[in-house]
Formats: sequence, C-alpha cells, structure tokens
Amino acid sequence: MIELKNVDFSYDDLPVLRNISFTVDDSEAVVVMGPSGSGKSTILRLILGLETPQRGEVNVDRRDICRMNEKSKRRIRRKIGMVFQDGALFDSLSVGENVGYYLLEHTALPWPEIESRVRSMLGFVGLDADEVIDKLPDQLSGGMRRRVAIGRALLSTDPKIMLYDEPTTGLDPNAIRNVVNLINKLHRERTVSTIVVTHQIADAFAMADRYIIIYRGELVFDGPYEQLRGCRDTRVQEFLAPFRDSMTGVFKRKFFDGGISP
Amino acid sequence: MAILSAFDNWLKHAAYESQHLFFFSARMIGALFSRRFYLRETLEQMYLIGVGSMVLIVLTGIFAGQGFALAFSMELMDFGAKNYLGRIMAISIIRELGPVLTGVMFAARVAAGITAEIGAMKSSNQLDAMVAFGIDPLKKLAVPRLIALIVMLPAMTVICDVIALFGGWVIATLVAHVTSTMYWSAVRERLVFGNIFVGLLKPVLFSFVIAFISCYKGFSSAGGTKGVGRATTNSVVLCSITILIGNFFITRVVFNWIKGYL
Repeated sequence: MIELKNVDFSYDDLPVLRNISFTVDDSEAVVVMGPSGSGKSTILRLILGLETPQRGEVNVDRRDICRMNEKSKRRIRRKIGMVFQDGALFDSLSVGENVGYYLLEHTALPWPEIESRVRSMLGFVGLDADEVIDKLPDQLSGGMRRRVAIGRALLSTDPKIMLYDEPTTGLDPNAIRNVVNLINKLHRERTVSTIVVTHQIADAFAMADRYIIIYRGELVFDGPYEQLRGCRDTRVQEFLAPFRDSMTGVFKRKFFDGGISP
Repeated sequence: MAILSAFDNWLKHAAYESQHLFFFSARMIGALFSRRFYLRETLEQMYLIGVGSMVLIVLTGIFAGQGFALAFSMELMDFGAKNYLGRIMAISIIRELGPVLTGVMFAARVAAGITAEIGAMKSSNQLDAMVAFGIDPLKKLAVPRLIALIVMLPAMTVICDVIALFGGWVIATLVAHVTSTMYWSAVRERLVFGNIFVGLLKPVLFSFVIAFISCYKGFSSAGGTKGVGRATTNSVVLCSITILIGNFFITRVVFNWIKGYL
C-alpha cells in the first residue's frame, strides 16, 4: 500500500506540491493527471525516495520512506518498479544488458542464465528478443524503448508496485496502444499496484480504476470515472475541457482492448 | 550599487558552490573506501582516460619540450652556457611543465568527457534509474574515474616528461650543437629525489582536482542539453585554473619541506 499524508514539497524556494494526501491500495491502478509542471512526476520521485518532502509522510507498505537511511530505502525500492519518462535506458549498454541490469549488478548469475531470463522478459513485453537483444537503446523506436524499460523494471525484483512516468508521451497511436495494453496486462496478471502519471487523458482512461488530478501542486480531484465526469470544480473542468470528446467511453472501448469500461 | 549587488550575488554563489563541492568531494572519498568496488568500470576508465589520452600527451610533450629547448638554447648560447640545457630542461619539465601541461590537457579532454557523460546521464534520468535499481551512482561512476585518474595522470605525466626531454634532446643536438652525452648527463644530474617527488606528487593531487570538479559538475548539472554544455565548460575552466593555482602553491609549500633533496 502507498500512502501520501499531507505532503508539502518545494525545489529550493519554489513550491511544487501542497498538502497532498492519497492512498493507493494493493493491486489498485491509479492515474495521476494534471497539466505539465503541476508536480505529478515529483509524486513518483517521492514514492521512490529520490526526493524528501519538507512536510508530511510518504508511506510504502506502512513505512515512511522519507525518514529512512539509504540502506533501508534500497530494501523498499526492491518492491517498486519504476518506468521513467522516455525509459531512461542506459545508453551505453545493449538492450539485453539493460533488461538484465539488476541481475548483473546484484546477483552472481552467469550471463547465459541472465540472458535466458532477459529473452523471456523481452517476449513478455512483446518484443522479438533475437531482433533487439544486442541493439543499443538509440537503435529502438520510442515505443520499443518504453517496453524495454518496463521489462527492465519487471526483471529487477518482481515488483509489487509499478510506477510509470508519462509512459505514452511522444509515441505514435500504435505504440501507445501496445504500451497501454502491456500496462493493463501487467496489472491484471501480476496484480501489482500501479500508479501512472500522465497528462494525456485519453490514455489515462484506459489504464486505471481511479483518477487523481493535480493542479498547480494541489490535489483537486480523487475518484472514479463517473465522479470525474460529474465534477464541477472549475480547476478540474479547466483541465478536462480540451479532452471532453474522449470521455464518452467509446474511445477507450474501441481503441484499447485492456481498458476498464466506465 | 548594481555592481556591488552583482558582486555580492557572485560571492554568495561561489561560497555555495564551494561548500557543495567540498561535501561532494568528502562523499567521494568516503565512497572510495566503501565495500563495493567496480573493477570492470575502473579498468575501462583507465583505458579510456590513459590510453585514450596517449596521442595528445605525446604531441604535447614533444612540441612543448622542443619549444622550451629552442627558447632556452638561444639564451644559453649567448652566455656560452649551452651545456646547462639538459639541467634546465630536467628541472623545468619534471618539476613544472610536465605535471602542469599534462594536468591541463587532462582537464581539457578528460574532465570535459566526465562532466558531459555524467551530465547527459543525469538529464536523461539514468542516474535516478541507477538509484532505483539499488546502485549508488557515486560508487559506480565517480569512484572508478577517480581511481583511474590517480593511476593514469601520474603515468601520463611521466610519459610526457620523457617525451619532452627527448624533444629537448633533438633541439639540443641539432640546433644548439650540444653533444648527446653532455645533454643526457646534465639531465641525469637533476634526476634527484626532490625533483622526482614533486613531479609525481603534483599529478596525484591534480587527479583529485579533476575527478572532484568534473564529477561534481556532472552530478549537479541542470537545465537539459544547454545545462550540460554549461557544466562542461565550467568544469574545464575550473579544473584548469585550479591546476595552475594549485601548482604554484604546491611548488611553494613542498619546496620548503624538501629543500635538502633538490
């Protein structure tokens, strides 16, 4: 379970998040939405313990990650798989080395054993292992890079929590569909808690049970789809206005095969 | 008033940066003695830093030695003291020119490379990805570079010294018409403990300067590609200036201690 309690965070003197509180239960899927620069990605960085809030608690499995030393944080991070914006693949390593990175660094497994697990993971994320395993990240398309990043996060520690930072940004519609379906497949088959940060509302509707909207550092909405449609908060309306057409539900049923129906 | 205010801001910024650089350097020293050691990365960096700089160092040594010998031989010939050319070359190259030139060349080539590489990794979230996978980027990236510099900078300085002395020999025999025996026996005369000690101490200290500054600038770079470019420029400038200033103070302090061995 993930719980943010009255979190305030600022970079130097610039306030980013103000009094943020929400909970994500085990195996729940939540999408955090909001305009660019509203502090969405910072929430993921706080959950991962990469940043420390000035006030409040960030509890992962009922333990406040902000008050831990690095060693304890590392133990908590083993439960979390993070897919960074643009994948954040190590550009000097091959796809195979990227996906097997955790095993290469933290285990004494021989490369053939790691390679076989990498190949199986590449298959799971929908990539042809023979085709991509020796390639460098630069030689892959954006969608393939995201899938490699998801595979890398999954092969690390068999995480119980998956965090995705803008997983579909900058991808073509076909790649978006592949990535969204993969996120849904993971959520269903591995019953992991999922938090997806995105500002692309059409994709958001296909990936979650619950929606959180962050607007200028404040949490302005937290609830399911039906509640979101009826929300009268002006800040929520302002954010949703450009996407109103995609909120009919037709879009996600037709476009995504793994989406959650409204 | 505006000038005073700008100076005040600059001073504050310099103090802030120095403080952060100091703490970063202390953390790097701490990481140097920590348990996990990345042998493969260290050897790779030794190769990239050492072997990769060989051509640059050979060219620097040969032309600096020849230029120096040419300038001195003209003056010495006027006084009929051309037989002292070997002594002057040995002292100036081993104590001063070799360490400083190699240091500045390393600042230009190696420091720029380190800052740019780490900065690019930071801007693409690769450093955060490392932390998420339980890897300390300081141990994985900074420490191997520090060790590689501590080993390779003195080694390259010795190579630069030898090449520069050979360059001096070419000028001594062809231009100043000093016999080879006279030149090399004069050089040998000044190959005493004090000169060799100072000549090897300086590159060791410069290697710390280059590693601390270049890694710090890489890890603290911000603002995307432009920020990485700015950090790289600052890194080269700061390393070069620190090496030149440091050289003066090392010469001043160390010579008081080892006067008897010169």
